[in-house]
Amino acid sequence: MRSEHFLENQKQTASRRKAIDLWFGRLGFVLMLGTLGVLAVLLLNLAVNGLSRIDWHFLTSFPSRKAAEAGVLSAWVGTTLLMLVTASLAIPLGVAAGVYLEEYAPKNRWTDFIEINIANLAGVPSILYGLMALGLFVYKFKFGQSILAGGMALGCLVLPIVIVATRESLRTIPSSIREAAFALGATRWQAVWHHLLRYSTGGIATGVILAMSRAIGESSPLITIGALTFIAFLPPAPLIAQPPFVSFEWLFSPFTALPIQMFNWVSRPGEEFQANAAAAGLILMVITLGMNGVAILLRRHVQRNIKW
Amino acid sequence: MVWILRFGGWISVLVTFGIVITLVTESGPFFAKVPFQRLVSDRMWTPLFADPQYGISALLAGTLVTTGVALLVAVPLGTILAIFLSEFASVRLREVVKPMLELLSAVPTVVYGYFALLTLTPLLQILLPDLPQFSMLSAGLIMGIMIIPYVTSLGEDSMRSVPMLLREGAYALGDGKLGVALRVVFPGAFSGLAAAYVLAISRAVGETMIVAIAAGLQPKLTMNPLDSAATVTAFIVQVSLGDLPHGSIGYQSIFAAGAVLFLMTLGFNLAGHALRRRFHHAV
Repeated sequence: MRSEHFLENQKQTASRRKAIDLWFGRLGFVLMLGTLGVLAVLLLNLAVNGLSRIDWHFLTSFPSRKAAEAGVLSAWVGTTLLMLVTASLAIPLGVAAGVYLEEYAPKNRWTDFIEINIANLAGVPSILYGLMALGLFVYKFKFGQSILAGGMALGCLVLPIVIVATRESLRTIPSSIREAAFALGATRWQAVWHHLLRYSTGGIATGVILAMSRAIGESSPLITIGALTFIAFLPPAPLIAQPPFVSFEWLFSPFTALPIQMFNWVSRPGEEFQANAAAAGLILMVITLGMNGVAILLRRHVQRNIKW
Repeated sequence: MVWILRFGGWISVLVTFGIVITLVTESGPFFAKVPFQRLVSDRMWTPLFADPQYGISALLAGTLVTTGVALLVAVPLGTILAIFLSEFASVRLREVVKPMLELLSAVPTVVYGYFALLTLTPLLQILLPDLPQFSMLSAGLIMGIMIIPYVTSLGEDSMRSVPMLLREGAYALGDGKLGVALRVVFPGAFSGLAAAYVLAISRAVGETMIVAIAAGLQPKLTMNPLDSAATVTAFIVQVSLGDLPHGSIGYQSIFAAGAVLFLMTLGFNLAGHALRRRFHHAV
């Protein structure tokens, strides 16, 4: 009699637990859809308000006091040039740092310090990179409020992303590859250059794409160094007609960028400017989400196709 | 060749020194001029006015409230999603959903700011007719959405690294999925989850564009999320937008605000990494 009662009790508890599990599963699923829905709403909202503004004229016009005539020419040119500086700073230095820490660095306190430092650097708010750039690059190095200063600020900002991606990608290569190279008489550098870097290209590229997509969307460091919101001219062209055919004058030109231009339009009253903001936001979203999508696919491709 | 690589390793230290030294030297004159007592006891933050007030609490209040609102969104939602993805979802669903959730933190923050100011605030004004155009509530809610991936991603990683044996033991004793998740996995992964929370706080404290666009640029000592107020970061943006001669009081004040911000986030970051390290040792 008692054991029957016990069994009955157990059955009830079990079915109650199953019901709870079922409900929690549903709750989690709904919340997941809701959270992802925010992303969809965001995109849809920008598309509804801004898509009609995006045309050839919008891409090839300077900002203007009249919302309908304004465009993002100086903004996207500025963003492109900034990214050139950012990439040429963050990629070589980030990869070098990753290779050094993963393949060369002795295990000691100094290395530990560098590692904690990188982890912390990745969490420093982006606006503080802007303050550093303002004090150091703009005034101390006298680069002025230029593309060079802005690109360097963004380069420092995304450096930890490249370093971490490089290290993680090197770490997945089994040590037998290194040992095989050493056994054939390769130096450490030859092992790195001819083997390790080649096999980790996919992983490093993933990190670089994520880093650049982060840099494209950043606005606060550029605002602190004094990127202007109203730029109605283009920086000097990097290619010129007379020898030596390349010019670096553009590095020292004042600039604006897509997120800065968008911020400027958001903070203006009037629906027409807000439509411009939505259009600029849509362009930004397509670029950053697109780059993230490519990075996700690339990572998946690398993980699937490389089996050691 | 090795020398070049080693320089790469040091560059991160150089950047950190660059940040610290710039903040210290450029904010030095500000802290030398303003007595500590006024920082603490003044109730307004108006360093650029003719009759300046230096109550840093007016800025900290804005940061505190927006961060608090963001955490009220991100901690429960992020944790439930982490439990769902780690314990309930199929492997396939998880592999699709996790990268998509991470897209939420890849959205440019100026876009979030736009969304908070021009979409969420009007919606909230239907419910709360007195809500001003700029409000910490709206900015905080959107910031909460932005930091969900930090909680979910790190939290899910640490929950999944809790050994299967522990779960199986609990199942053998007759517990259900949610029971195992809450009584076995959650406590087992707690320091990992705590690290996720702390890093999310650090993100929210340092977030700039959302609050600068949607929470307002006027420093105000208020704890009411329905009010508008500037955060530490928004103050830096507001001053930077104006003309900012080198060495002026405005210039010095943004570095002072930056130094305060750096100390806050450094504290959270170090705590977060210590917790993460402890978790990896424990598992």
